[in-house]
Amino acid sequence: MIEFRNVHFAYDEKEVLRGINLQIDYGETVVIMGPSGSGKSTILRLLLGLECPQKGDVIIDQQDICNLPEKDKREIRKNIGMVFQNGALFDSLSVGENVGYYLFEHTRMTLDEISEKVEKMLGFVGLDSDEIIDSLPEQLSGGMQRRVAIGRALLSTDPKIMLYDEPTTGLDPQSGANILSLIKKLHLERNICSIMVTHQIADALQVGDRFVVIVEGLVVFDGSLDELRESQELDVLNFLAPFRESLHGVTNKRFI
Amino acid sequence: MWLKHMAYHSQNQFFFFFRMLRALFRLPFYATETKEQLYLLGVKSLFLVILTGVFAGMGFSLAFAQELSEFGAKNYLGRIMSISIVRELGPVLTGLMVAARVSAGITAEIGSMKASDQLDAMIAFGIDPMQKIVVPRLIALVIMLPALTVVMDVIAIFGGWAVATLAENVSSSLYWASVRERLTFGNMFIGLLKPFCFSFIIATVSCYKGFTSEGGTKGVGRATTESVVLSSIMILVVNFFLAKIVFQLIKGYL
Ligand SMILES: Nc1ncnc2c1ncn2[C@@H]1O[C@H](COP(=O)(O)OP(=O)(O)OP(=O)(O)O)[C@@H](O)[C@H]1O
Ligand SMILES: [Mg+2]
Repeated sequence: MIEFRNVHFAYDEKEVLRGINLQIDYGETVVIMGPSGSGKSTILRLLLGLECPQKGDVIIDQQDICNLPEKDKREIRKNIGMVFQNGALFDSLSVGENVGYYLFEHTRMTLDEISEKVEKMLGFVGLDSDEIIDSLPEQLSGGMQRRVAIGRALLSTDPKIMLYDEPTTGLDPQSGANILSLIKKLHLERNICSIMVTHQIADALQVGDRFVVIVEGLVVFDGSLDELRESQELDVLNFLAPFRESLHGVTNKRFI
Repeated sequence: MWLKHMAYHSQNQFFFFFRMLRALFRLPFYATETKEQLYLLGVKSLFLVILTGVFAGMGFSLAFAQELSEFGAKNYLGRIMSISIVRELGPVLTGLMVAARVSAGITAEIGSMKASDQLDAMIAFGIDPMQKIVVPRLIALVIMLPALTVVMDVIAIFGGWAVATLAENVSSSLYWASVRERLTFGNMFIGLLKPFCFSFIIATVSCYKGFTSEGGTKGVGRATTESVVLSSIMILVVNFFLAKIVFQLIKGYL
């Protein structure tokens, strides 16, 4: 279980989070939404222990990640797969080396065993052509890079938590749909806890079963799709105003 | 404001230096990266160093020879060449050339890794960038900078010899005998101690600037410039004080 307890966080003097409270269980798929700069990526960074809150605690499986020695932090991170906002692929390594990064670094598997796993993983994320494995990340399209990043996150030790930071932003609808179905597939096959950050309401509705809206560093909404539609909270209404149509569009589709 | 900013960074850079030293003696050690850096920083700088060495040596030799001939002391050319090259010119010139070439590269590389979240991704995968990125570069510099300095020394003295014998009518054997006279333990010690210290300067400054670069691509550009300027200035400053201090300490052996 993941827990944010009254988390405050600021970069230097800039206050980003001001009292976040969240509890997320395994098996849930949570979508975090909110305007640009509201602190969504920061929440994921705190979860990985890349930053520590100035006040409050970030707790993963009953452990406060910021009060742990490096070694235990590493153990916790092994259970978390992170897909960064722009992929963050290692640009000096080939696609195959990126996907197999964790196995290269932390296991004693032979090169053959690793490349077998890498090929399987690339197949899983839908990139099974032979040239891709040896090409450099920069030679791939944005959508392909994102899928490589998902594959890389998955091929660490079977993660129990997957974090996706805007996995579909800036992609064409086709690649976006591919990635969303990948996220759903993962969730169904492995029953892991997924947290997805996104601007795209339509995408959010496809994937999530719980929605969190963050505005200016505070959780202004936390609940199901129905509750989201009914919400009269001013901040939520403001945030959702431009998306009214897609909100109802998806609802209609569901009933057809 | 400006002063506070500077004090803050000098202090952090100081801490970074000690973290780097601690990391040097800690596991894991990444042999593949270290080999790669030895090649990239060392072998790839070789041509630049040779080129600089030849021309600097010839230039020095020409100037000294003309000056010395006024006193009829051209036979001392070798002495002056060897002492100025081994103790000053070789270390400083190599340090500056490598600082320009290498610290720009290191800062830009680390900075752009930071800008694209690759450093965070690395940490998320349980890898410490200090061990994986900084230590291999530090080791490569500590080994390669003194080695390149020796190459620079040798090449520059040969360059000086070429000018001396071909243009200035100094006899070859006299030149070499007089060169050897000043190749004392003390001079060579200083000549190698300097690049050893410079390598830590270059590694500290360039890695620190990379890790602290901010503001995307533009920030990386700025950090790169700062990195080259700062490491060059620090090399020159440390060069002076090193010579002064060490000279006092080992005077007896000169
Ligand atoms: N390294 C940093 N240094 C200083 N300020 C930062 C840093 N990273 C983020 N910020 C600031 O913190 C705030 C929250 O950033 P964050 O990346 O969490 O926003 P976000 O909700 O993910 O936005 P987006 O949807 O645009 O990705 C922003 O206003 C940003 O300017
Ligand atoms: Mg973000």
